[in-house]
Amino acid sequence: MSQTGSPPRAIPRDSLASRLIQGIAGLADRPMAWIQHAVGGRGMAYVFLGPNILFFGLFVFLPIGINMAMSLTGGTNLFLSERPFIGGDHYRSLMQCGSYLDPASCREDHFWKGVSNTLKFTLFQMVAMVGTALVTALVLNRKIRGRGFFRAVYFFPVLLSPVVVALIWKWILQRDGLLNGAITLAGGEKILFFVEPGWAMFWAVFVSVWAHMGFYTLILLAGLQAIPADLYEAAEMDGTKPMRVLTRITLPLLWPNLVVVLVLVLIKAVQTFDEVFVLTGGGPGTATLMVVQYIYETAFANQVQNFGLAAAASMLLGSVLFALTMLQLWIARRKAA
Amino acid sequence: MNRRHWLAGALVAAALVSSPVAAQTTLRMTWYSDGNEGEVMRDLLNRFEAGNPGIKVVLDTVPFKAINENLPVQLAAGQGPDMARIVDFGGLAKFALDLRPHLANAGYWEQNFGPFLEWMREPGNTTAIPGYMTQLTVTGPLVNKTLFEQAGVAIPGPKATWDDWAKVAKAVADKVKAPYPVAFDRSGHRFFGLAVSQGAKMIGADGLPTPADEGFRRAAQLIVDWHKAGVMSKELWGSVSGTAYRGANEEFKNAQVPFYLSGSWQIAQFDKTVGNAFDWIAAPTPCGPANCSGMPGGAGVIGIKATKHPAEVAKVMDFLASEPILSEFYARTLFVPGHIGIAKKGVAYQGASPQAAAALKVFGDAVAALDPAAYRIQGNAYSRIVFNAAISRIGQAVAGEITIDDAIKRIDSDVAQQVAERNKK
Repeated sequence: MSQTGSPPRAIPRDSLASRLIQGIAGLADRPMAWIQHAVGGRGMAYVFLGPNILFFGLFVFLPIGINMAMSLTGGTNLFLSERPFIGGDHYRSLMQCGSYLDPASCREDHFWKGVSNTLKFTLFQMVAMVGTALVTALVLNRKIRGRGFFRAVYFFPVLLSPVVVALIWKWILQRDGLLNGAITLAGGEKILFFVEPGWAMFWAVFVSVWAHMGFYTLILLAGLQAIPADLYEAAEMDGTKPMRVLTRITLPLLWPNLVVVLVLVLIKAVQTFDEVFVLTGGGPGTATLMVVQYIYETAFANQVQNFGLAAAASMLLGSVLFALTMLQLWIARRKAA
Repeated sequence: MNRRHWLAGALVAAALVSSPVAAQTTLRMTWYSDGNEGEVMRDLLNRFEAGNPGIKVVLDTVPFKAINENLPVQLAAGQGPDMARIVDFGGLAKFALDLRPHLANAGYWEQNFGPFLEWMREPGNTTAIPGYMTQLTVTGPLVNKTLFEQAGVAIPGPKATWDDWAKVAKAVADKVKAPYPVAFDRSGHRFFGLAVSQGAKMIGADGLPTPADEGFRRAAQLIVDWHKAGVMSKELWGSVSGTAYRGANEEFKNAQVPFYLSGSWQIAQFDKTVGNAFDWIAAPTPCGPANCSGMPGGAGVIGIKATKHPAEVAKVMDFLASEPILSEFYARTLFVPGHIGIAKKGVAYQGASPQAAAALKVFGDAVAALDPAAYRIQGNAYSRIVFNAAISRIGQAVAGEITIDDAIKRIDSDVAQQVAERNKK
């Protein structure tokens, strides 16, 4: 602000607000001085970090620890003290497979079917999500009429609850839904989208992309706007073709943002549950059953609530997500460097 | 008025205001509704509260899914309501309060709820009185009579077989372009409505589930074959995975189903929602090679062991289970009575249309035709393990993912694994 020439506005010393702030801050002076005296200058860092560490410990690390312990116990009781220790039995059950490529050969076939579906979903969704978000960002970055309106329209689904999104699309896609109404009007036959495995997976991916694309578009749009305009001007003066501009200027400079989007999409896709669960219920058969749905059903939907097996499955899923998060951190650090 | 008067007045006012509040016990009852039973229960509870100002009962109405999925977790955590309306008696028996020490007349309960108390007790316990039945249910077919008339197809008689019904329902659906010739709720309980008539037993002499028998296999084969032949639509059994429940009541209400296998609990709902849109009837359970039996079932209210007010809970239960109150409850909700005395006397159903009254009579008669095996399966503590495994795996076979043989093998291993898990101490 001082660079623009206008002097910074200071709070008048005798204003009520400044006196109030000073008074409140003054209240902490004595205790802070006492704490600093007790723990020393270096220890003060831990004093400030303490509340945050306590919060994370209580709500993140403690549940992970309980989940880990739960995965090593059996039975149907909820409290750890009432559950017998069974070691790695649940992990052995989950990993017991004739071939990991054939879920039917596994003891916990639904877990591996969930893994296989989640991988398929992740692959399709990642390609579709990043592709459409990129195209949308490129279009919205151009000077088109109603640009602000379209930016809002594409972002709007992000604000909706995943359950609401899935219910809306379920109504559209069901036997007597809007889409089948349109198909019938056009003289076609109704399509039972939730009975055909291919269609069910297609719509699971489509709805997910529709719902979340706006968020990733926003990240890519921010990246596009950070590309210096003079590069494009120079390319225009040189008569560079638009495709070459895209591949030689836009995409290379957007690459760091694209990588972040890719990793975020990947992590979110692996965690997918609510939208697909409400939309397809994991069907037809187990065609869209995801790992998280398997964990939920094992722990809560069966009469025998197998918390131990579900906890073991969630530890395995957690380790995959941990690896992906490390990847994201590594990329982010490389980008910063 | 001097200061002393003010003080005295304030003390009297405080005593008047605070004493009833301090003495009042609030009880919570977790409830779900298929029809109007929530409203009727609230009305009856208001009457109880008027006669017992010291007890207030809060009715927490939740979706049916929450009764089977959330309530058990709450109870396992030592939390939850003081009373709950449940269907999984065997699964929740360990959380049920034994009301016997607090009841005014335990003999009345034994006399009128005796056979059903066995469903609610933990294995080995022969004396506990955990609750009473809000309804006895029985599976059976509901038939869209208007669709049959429009198609010019005669409705089969009382001893018709499952094959007979499948044939005529398909003929009707083809003529009137109904998308679901035969619809079953996607539920293990409904599956056993077919399986018992095919001779399925499923429970051994030791009370544990046995591997799938021939009757079970025949029923599973019928379900898969009907899907292949277009008698059943994959939208119900094949379109979701796992143990998910999927009812066909909406499809029936929309006149898309000539033959719907569900049960007596739908009567009140259809009486209200179908109205004059079409004529429907309840038909006797179709016959299989073993018998013409459906499955019994029901819902009941139990007291919860973790309650801090067992005496007050028993007082509420004594009121709700008393003959005049329960008789009124059944009459207003159009439920088949789960009280032996009331069942013998008969219920004067209130406001039931002629077709609802006729349907209640058909289901009442179906209770008499229930096979003992059906009662054994329903009352067994492991029944829902078998039900869930059946729909999950047969659903996969319907979707074409696995064969019937594979489905049966998986059902046996799923059941064995879950029984073992439950018995780990």
